[in-house]
Amino acid sequence: MRLIGLGALLLMLVLVSFGIGRYPVSPDTVLAILAGKLFSIDPFWTPETEAVVMGIRLPRILAALLVGAALSVSGAAYQGLFRNPMVSPGILGVSAGASLGAALAILLGHGMPGIQGLAFAGGLAAVGATWAIGVTIGRQGDPVLVMVLAGIVIGTLFTALVSLVKFVADPYNTLPAITFWLMGSLASVDLPDLSIAALPILAGLAGLLAMSWTLNVLCFGDEEARALGLETGRLRFVVILCATLVSAAAVAIAGIIGLVGLIVPHLARMLVGPDHRVLLPVSTLLGAGFLLAVDDLARSLFEVEVPLGIVTSIIGAPFFLYLMNRSRKAWI
Amino acid sequence: MLEVQRLNCGYARRTVLEDITFDLNPGELLCLLGPNGVGKTTLFKTLLGLLPPRSGEIRLDGRPTRHWSRREFARWVGYVPQAHTPPFPFQVEDVVAMGRTAHGSLFSGPGQEGRKVAAEALETLGISALAKASYTEISGGERQLVLIARALAQQPRILVMDEPTSNLDYGNQLKVMAHIRQIAHGRDMGIILTTHHPDHALLYASRVLTLDREKRYRVGDPATLISEDYLRRTYGVETEIHEIDRHDGRKTRICIPAGDTGKT
Repeated sequence: MRLIGLGALLLMLVLVSFGIGRYPVSPDTVLAILAGKLFSIDPFWTPETEAVVMGIRLPRILAALLVGAALSVSGAAYQGLFRNPMVSPGILGVSAGASLGAALAILLGHGMPGIQGLAFAGGLAAVGATWAIGVTIGRQGDPVLVMVLAGIVIGTLFTALVSLVKFVADPYNTLPAITFWLMGSLASVDLPDLSIAALPILAGLAGLLAMSWTLNVLCFGDEEARALGLETGRLRFVVILCATLVSAAAVAIAGIIGLVGLIVPHLARMLVGPDHRVLLPVSTLLGAGFLLAVDDLARSLFEVEVPLGIVTSIIGAPFFLYLMNRSRKAWI
Repeated sequence: MLEVQRLNCGYARRTVLEDITFDLNPGELLCLLGPNGVGKTTLFKTLLGLLPPRSGEIRLDGRPTRHWSRREFARWVGYVPQAHTPPFPFQVEDVVAMGRTAHGSLFSGPGQEGRKVAAEALETLGISALAKASYTEISGGERQLVLIARALAQQPRILVMDEPTSNLDYGNQLKVMAHIRQIAHGRDMGIILTTHHPDHALLYASRVLTLDREKRYRVGDPATLISEDYLRRTYGVETEIHEIDRHDGRKTRICIPAGDTGKT
């Protein structure tokens, strides 16, 4: 029931988002243009309006939905897996790895596909390194704790390498491009990029949704989950793989967008409780809606568009404090 | 049902317990008694397959447990850990339903059947009223009962319980022990539990495995093995063990501190 309600709200938000911007479009025109793609409708709108709706706003809205959903669902999955509500999708170093990949690609003069490809590869490489360390050192003792510590180390290392790339980058040309990418933005997304990124995101999302009951059991810790009949090592690998695919693809198309993967799972848990069978779908929808709404603000608040990562963090910080205060009882 | 033969258990570079042999039969309540740090938890982890044995063998239903899958094993052996607080406020009925993980589909979670078994487990322990409560907001004694219910929902033939009465107040200790005894007898389950109270072993156990400070162990009748001498060697305290007549005419042994305990 709640899912249907959320879905309806999200659809309305999408419709409104098409109309928002320097070039306002009314909702009925938006609907007619979209419907015109499927049925033959005599256009009562100008070609410019259609170009804005289909060429500029559609990819941007789809990107916001996809990235918001990806960051939120992977955040929720990681929080369950690591049994810690303070964990975000970057916990195993995916953001640091993706940043390094993107920075290198910009340094080497690649265009958008190259940047996204290397960012994705960098994210996977960082998490792979974290995983390998966790499995090697964590064989005796608590594998989850070792993996979190390994993630911190790998994240720090990759962040240092990003600084190194920035240090050697051309300060008039490449350095600003790297810095801007790291701020996080959806401004340069187009449909072909998006369709490539959608594949790992949707595949990982499906995998996580299938694992939702397992995630519930994993919340009780490695030993209990094993005593309840789960092969935890293998299942943890699948969860991390899915969450990493999803978050690495999101970072690759949008850059570093802070706090979404931390806040939205909290908000969802406040609304529907910790059962991942409900929590994961709700996080997906809420995350999609949250990032779309924030992106609407980012591109309409000021004359110049503010990078999305900055807006999410500025809105997110006080919002998170509010949530912390409200849900304190739930996790102490 | 469960046979432990010449088991050495411990970690990569350190043997904790050596040459342990015992067995557990249906309907039996085996109490594991021993001082802190002697290796009770290590033994439990090894029994549960969470830690590989350094040598020796554990057989379940005649088959070495190293050949059992986790799922198969969980249908035979239920584990009741010490009550703890998980990071997220799951509902009690969901926590208990997790006991069905080894029975249902990995992807869909417990179905109708699983929910029913979980509800029955709650009823057995008299805590059906807690079904919708949040697991993080109930008392320590209630949490312990929920964990026992979860293990019952596994429908195992053996229960392994790690200090089920630690952290409980007096009333909850008695309630939990009464339930455990009832489960062993009524369901023909074999139960192994650790306790720090010699009285619990004397009152409820059908057999006892005693470990002393030198890690020597004995298995047998509680009345024989739990002696003033054993308690002195193990805990370094003087005690007196008395046989008393109960109101219903049966005899029971109890253990009290020796020496001057008079009021000052």
